[in-house]
Amino acid sequence: MALIDMPVSNFLNVQNLGMRFGESDDPIIAIDDVSFSVSEGEVVSIIGPSGCGKSTLLNAIGGLISGFEGAVSLSGEAINGPHPSIGMVFQEESAFPWRSVLENVIFPLEISGMAKNERLERAHHFISLVGLDGFEQRYPSELSGGMRQRVAIARALAHEPKILLMDEPFAALDEQTRILLGESILNIQQALGQTILLITHNLTEAVQLSDRVLVMTYRPGQIKTEIGIELPRPRSSEILASDAFGHYVAQIWGYLREEAGRGMHQADRKSENIKK
Amino acid sequence: MSVRSTKLVPIAIGLTTVFVVILLLEFLISVDIIDRFLMPPPSDVFGAFGRLFAQENVVNRFFVTAGETLAAGFLLAIFGVAGGALLFRFTILRSAYETWIAALAAAPVVLSYPLFLVIAGRGSATVILVAFLAALPAVILKTLEGFSQTPGVYVLVGKSLNASRWQIFSKVMFPAALPSIFVGLRLGLLFAMLNIVGVEFLINTGGLGQLVNELSERYDLAATYAAILCVILVSVLFFTASEWLERRLRRVT
Repeated sequence: MALIDMPVSNFLNVQNLGMRFGESDDPIIAIDDVSFSVSEGEVVSIIGPSGCGKSTLLNAIGGLISGFEGAVSLSGEAINGPHPSIGMVFQEESAFPWRSVLENVIFPLEISGMAKNERLERAHHFISLVGLDGFEQRYPSELSGGMRQRVAIARALAHEPKILLMDEPFAALDEQTRILLGESILNIQQALGQTILLITHNLTEAVQLSDRVLVMTYRPGQIKTEIGIELPRPRSSEILASDAFGHYVAQIWGYLREEAGRGMHQADRKSENIKK
Repeated sequence: MSVRSTKLVPIAIGLTTVFVVILLLEFLISVDIIDRFLMPPPSDVFGAFGRLFAQENVVNRFFVTAGETLAAGFLLAIFGVAGGALLFRFTILRSAYETWIAALAAAPVVLSYPLFLVIAGRGSATVILVAFLAALPAVILKTLEGFSQTPGVYVLVGKSLNASRWQIFSKVMFPAALPSIFVGLRLGLLFAMLNIVGVEFLINTGGLGQLVNELSERYDLAATYAAILCVILVSVLFFTASEWLERRLRRVT
């Protein structure tokens, strides 16, 4: 049973999703009976302690892993594998180092077989949208970490997915770059009306970007609670200094603290067992 | 520093170093610090090129050695890269063969040339075969390493975009592995060159290896060193060509 019941929307629906790894007689339950929905144009964050199955959940929704229980559907269509309506941005640096910024952003359009002129036009549009004008011919090694992640975002947006799944996209960045990049995401979301499902373990990031935050329990990963973020839009990084923002961060931490503590305790026990 | 000077400065430093070493050798030999019967002065070595062209048919020999290296290089590119890709794709093949291939890399294949003389006869086929087998492990192992070390997230990007298996291989895995594959090919060409010149030296079928053998038998040291410089020239030629090819392939993938 999911800990809370979510309303069913007609956009992204995740129903009773479960994922087990390992031996069938003693499986590791990564996620268990997770149900939630995301409406069109909404930004929803899933936050949870390390090891709670957030990335597994996102990979299941993105069709990158199979063998899960339950169902995922987008606009009423069942998702059983990678789908052109879903774009993904990963935690690790994923801009191809052998391709320039332009060639990276063109990549999904090449895969889909789009005509060359159209590809170029579309790629330039998204490069401009993420603020990388003038860097089209540069290679990832010539860019900062934040710029490389913007290349990955432009590439994921280039094939105009209905929903963008982001798996801790700013995890490798410093705090200042993370806040500024969050602001860029807000602007892009505003400009495109893009639906986003974001996985994060960063409370500030979750509140800054989201309309709703779903808090996950530590293993097995379940949705513990849902918090609506009623901060005005358009938002900028200035909102981080507001009382309401601090209130939301504290509220989420209140739910997360117990789960993070459980996660840390279990990790400590595991290391002790390994030492023995 | 401009892009042009960024490229030119290292070339200038390299050429200047070679020039200074040549001058230093000339000086050390002229004042008898280095015995000229062990190491002829560079001026004599350069002077010997005239004899190589006029009497030793060096151009033809150069093309024989270069042609054999090219043939071995083609075989290495085809079988080495395919072998590495197969070992990566099929775990059972990797488990079965990787150790044996690594062992073959350390084996002195050149010493088995009599066997290949029996199989392929006394000619270029034997030279190419020995060079190919001696260099094959390096190409296979570096290709395998290149594919194995491709970050998983690159493949996930391809999969998330619903790319076909062929698209993921040709547009993601192959270009990601390309630097390592070319390290393997360059190493392979190096081993192939060493073995080609070695077998030419041993079986006297032609090429620069045979020339080095003949000149050293005659104790014409200046001409011997000049012939060795021709071997180095073949090596530089293939090294430069492999770099050019790598840049081209990176652009089209």
